[in-house]
Amino acid sequence: MKDKKKESIFNKMNDTNLLLTITIVIFFLMYIGAVLFQGGGFSKPQMFFNILNANAALIITACGMSIVMISGGIDISVGGVVALVSMCCAVYLDKTNSPSLLVSVLIAVGIGVLYGLVQGFLVAVLDIQPFIVSLAGMFFARGMTTIVNTAPFNVENQAFMALKDTRVNVPFLGSYNKKGIYVPAYIEIGVIVALLIVILLFVVLKWTKLGRSFYAVGGNKQSALMMGINVRRTKFLSHLICSTLAGIGGYVYFLHVGSGSASHAMGMEMNAIASSIIGGTLLTGGVGNIIGTFFGVLSLSTIQNIVASAGLDEAWWTGITIAAMLCIFLLIQSVVMAQKKKAIKA
Amino acid sequence: MNETTLLKMRGIDKSFPGVRALQKVDFTLNKGEIHALMGENGAGKSTLIKVLTGVYPKDAGTIELEGAGEVAIHSPQDAQNLGISTVYQEITLCPNLTVAENMFIGRGQGVLTNWKQINADADKLLQSLDIPARATQQLSNCSIAVQQMVAIARAVDMDCKVLILDEPTSSLDEQEVEKLFGLMRDLKEMGVGIIFVTHFLDQVYEVCDKITVLRDGQLVGEYEIKDLPRVQLVAKMLGKEMDDLSDIKGESDEYKGNDAGEIVFEAEGLQSDAGIKPFDFHIKKGEVNGFTGLLGSGRSECVRAIFGADRILGGKVKVHGKEVKINKPIDAMKNGIAYLPEDRKIDGIIGDLSVRDNIILALQVMKGFFKPFTKAQAKAFADEYIDKLNIKTASADKPIKALSGGNQQKVILARWLLMHPEYLILDEPTRGIDVGTKVAIQKLVLELASEGMSVTFISSETDEMLRTCSRLVVMRDRKVVGELSGDDLTQNKIMATIAGGE
Amino acid sequence: MTKNKGNVLGVIKTIASHQLFIPLLALVLLAVVNLVNDPSFFEIKDVTNNAGYIVKSGALITILDYGSELAILAIGMTLVTAASGGQDISVGATIAIAGSAMLRVLCGGNSRPETIQAPIIVAFLVACIVGMLCGAFNGMLVSIFKIQPMIATLILFTAGRSIAAWINNNELPIVPDPKFAYFGGFIPGIPIPTTVFIAAICIIIIAIVLKFTNLGLYTQAVGINESSSRLNGINPTFIKFLSFVILGLCVAVAALIKVSRLSTINYSVIAKDIEMDAILAVALGGNALSGGKFNIWASILGAYVIQFLTTTLYKFNVPSDALAAYKAVVVIILVVFSAPKAREYMEMFVKKLNPVRKEAA
Repeated sequence: MKDKKKESIFNKMNDTNLLLTITIVIFFLMYIGAVLFQGGGFSKPQMFFNILNANAALIITACGMSIVMISGGIDISVGGVVALVSMCCAVYLDKTNSPSLLVSVLIAVGIGVLYGLVQGFLVAVLDIQPFIVSLAGMFFARGMTTIVNTAPFNVENQAFMALKDTRVNVPFLGSYNKKGIYVPAYIEIGVIVALLIVILLFVVLKWTKLGRSFYAVGGNKQSALMMGINVRRTKFLSHLICSTLAGIGGYVYFLHVGSGSASHAMGMEMNAIASSIIGGTLLTGGVGNIIGTFFGVLSLSTIQNIVASAGLDEAWWTGITIAAMLCIFLLIQSVVMAQKKKAIKA
Repeated sequence: MNETTLLKMRGIDKSFPGVRALQKVDFTLNKGEIHALMGENGAGKSTLIKVLTGVYPKDAGTIELEGAGEVAIHSPQDAQNLGISTVYQEITLCPNLTVAENMFIGRGQGVLTNWKQINADADKLLQSLDIPARATQQLSNCSIAVQQMVAIARAVDMDCKVLILDEPTSSLDEQEVEKLFGLMRDLKEMGVGIIFVTHFLDQVYEVCDKITVLRDGQLVGEYEIKDLPRVQLVAKMLGKEMDDLSDIKGESDEYKGNDAGEIVFEAEGLQSDAGIKPFDFHIKKGEVNGFTGLLGSGRSECVRAIFGADRILGGKVKVHGKEVKINKPIDAMKNGIAYLPEDRKIDGIIGDLSVRDNIILALQVMKGFFKPFTKAQAKAFADEYIDKLNIKTASADKPIKALSGGNQQKVILARWLLMHPEYLILDEPTRGIDVGTKVAIQKLVLELASEGMSVTFISSETDEMLRTCSRLVVMRDRKVVGELSGDDLTQNKIMATIAGGE
Repeated sequence: MTKNKGNVLGVIKTIASHQLFIPLLALVLLAVVNLVNDPSFFEIKDVTNNAGYIVKSGALITILDYGSELAILAIGMTLVTAASGGQDISVGATIAIAGSAMLRVLCGGNSRPETIQAPIIVAFLVACIVGMLCGAFNGMLVSIFKIQPMIATLILFTAGRSIAAWINNNELPIVPDPKFAYFGGFIPGIPIPTTVFIAAICIIIIAIVLKFTNLGLYTQAVGINESSSRLNGINPTFIKFLSFVILGLCVAVAALIKVSRLSTINYSVIAKDIEMDAILAVALGGNALSGGKFNIWASILGAYVIQFLTTTLYKFNVPSDALAAYKAVVVIILVVFSAPKAREYMEMFVKKLNPVRKEAA
């Protein structure tokens, strides 16, 4: 009787949950390993929250990326959009008379929505490869960023700085500094936004018709069509959501760094894709989970921190580490897919 | 409309550019009936079904449904709303979703999904249909048969009155087919009308009540299963009444070289991953033989295995008595074997390339990567065969996709003849081409054989095979079930062997 | 009247459907724009360069000079596109890798060497091997592991510049030998940039390869119909792999020019966004980005047209960082016009317009 139950639990695990479990386990192993072997910073709670603070924007954009990837597409323009949003908001806050924070948020979201509308139209309605569309989108955003303002600069707007420096203390967690004073752990506003988005998208993906359509379209477009799902609309919405989140992520990024620069968020699209893949999103679509993506981001930045504190802090290690991780996960996915196909054929 | 009638299609016409796919076809389906729709490829079965499910608009005719009167069906969605559900050969579900989700997605629901409710409903339905799957299982973890049944469960749950099963069994094994039949019988008890399309005769006689036969887009007739013995069914599908059949013997000169009778190619226990049982085969110099059997019986898979087109799982192959390894097409080509594939579009033509490039391709590959033909050579080859086979094209530079089907086929034939193979395999070389070209190709086959080439000729049209082949390998359900030669080469005998059973 | 119109339309359609039409049209348009803006654009002057030699100078020379790398890359990119139906977006990053490897060999790990540590030819050969290894890596992912080309090449796209920096310990070695600068500049006594000759040699080599091997036939066959190609004895996996390796070789040559221009390297800037230009060159040449039939000469012409566009934009004082935005717009317009779905909609639109026109007449 007991055995039977065990077996059924294992069978119950679908691809999404299986990959999710693996990701979470790997993350905790990695983090515990870091605490044990490198100690120091890793044992302080603030280290963990700093990872969150530094990666709130990445969490948001990676969530959008996951949705596009689950529905079978890809969007590599998100990094560019983040840079464009930072620059536009920075210019608005610094170079106009009496700017308001609300308008700057609207600018950020507006740029994202606009991007989503155009890219969604090109991909869903005109049936152009999402990669080409978003590649052009990425170059356009990067180019536009320099057109808006060439030189990088820091924002000095008072209201903005106040918002930027707002810290929310985490209850019950903290550490004692060298002088023995208790310092509570804190998170930034962006982290709260990111967590809210993670929860919201988790609900959308799991319990709404739209969310399930993303999975269906990514799993098998033809079947989804036959089962009465509006494939075109689903694809369009996936790109709209992704770009909108890139806009919001752009604002959170801006809030974290407080400046505008054409070289902001360089390669962020890559990190977002890598996070999604590490979090168990299949490149071929149809499988993935927002919680997994969240842990994917954490894993990625933990690895980076480990690499850095291991003394390999030259800039290039980051790129190489991410690419290597991505490469390994891609190969695993490719092999798993091939195995599965074989199994079905036999 | 009589009380038990569920669906009445009358005078359905459908044309595509250049083809009349359906001509005044009638079809009637009753409540609680399993109705087989039979016919060889191109007979119009799938067109009829696509008209019924709204994939194609019909040119003329009416469709009446019980309780709805005459209906207009413009899209698969319309058909579903009217209670017409279809389960296709390819499973049209999402493998990454759960069983329950596959049953309910794409149908009206509230904003949030109540998973408990859905899973409970799904489990209830799965149980009532006796499908061995759990609601929360991922679809890709189920066997193909169960997936197929989940597709049916989805169809059933949508209050379907008419269930169309388009070759649902082609990827199932015997046990799975039995399960499916059990389900079909249960549905029949519930009063659902089932249209069953299949190539397997045994299955028709096991489960169906009525048969409608189509041929060349026309209705041949509707029969009670008990009134139509297998041999007659085959005859009706192939278009030959038993009484009309006369023996037609080819009048070709036989090859009379010294080495006549030498075995050119021999296979022992050959098996590929395309699902055929291991088979033995041999062919002599100057011989024309054929594989016969209904579509899906495995005849193409056999020749593909000979050519190394599918992955070879086992068996021995000898060319001129010497054992050789043929694992991929180039191995076969180097051993003098050429293969004209069954599906011209997918496996034959290289659409955007010119007629000339298409003709020289195989020989060019044989010759080697670093030895391209000069323009003049290529032109000479192409012109020679365009002339020899009478290929109608504005010029050798035209892309092959611009040619008619028959001429495309001639180009592919030219490609292989240019290689001067010892052993030529032609898989359905005459399908979908005009009568004149058909005759020309048959003549050519006999001519080549008389010059010493060994040829395997496959065709759905038995009289073509009788006219050309001196020996026939008969296949049924992916197995070689017999071999006929000499006086046994008659329509009657072939049909009896194909039909088997009785 | 209507008939006449139809004929004219027909002729226009025939001309417009020729593959070289779009790049040539773009070339003419750009020439006209420049002629109107500033006729001196077309002047070629003799000037004395830094080294004291008299060389040709002018916008047209600049286009030929700086278009060389692009033309060379367009050759490889065309083959990759034709065979795999996708594009390699890592070429810029692999140029950085190959260039860095070349510098490492030339300078022997010393950032300010007195003399070069190895013959230039050896350094170049090492760069070729490195480039081909990068290509082989991409090709393996695409042909054996069946990963979409653009995703597969994303890996090197990210890691490439980091790897390049790592090869030289993030230092920026300077090649001391003035001869090394010849490849990206001028050979004393010859007034035409060396890059023009290098590009010409590459074009001649690919012409010879296409004439004396079946590369073109095989690549097109695989790109058009993989299944059919296999049944004709071609090995599609190998052909795809090969196309990436050839692109790797092109990358190495482009790296030689790029590095030679400065006699040093800047890892994050060298050949930046060049993948975009190379893909654009292929598309501008009228080659389908989904693979199949190709015309390598059209791609090469496309490459020079893009350089023409870049030079023109510079003349209009567009800053170099903003160029990408303009080019992205050109890419989208091109892709939209070549998308089958878009053509369908346009035809439907024209059909809808037609009855209105008749009524008006």
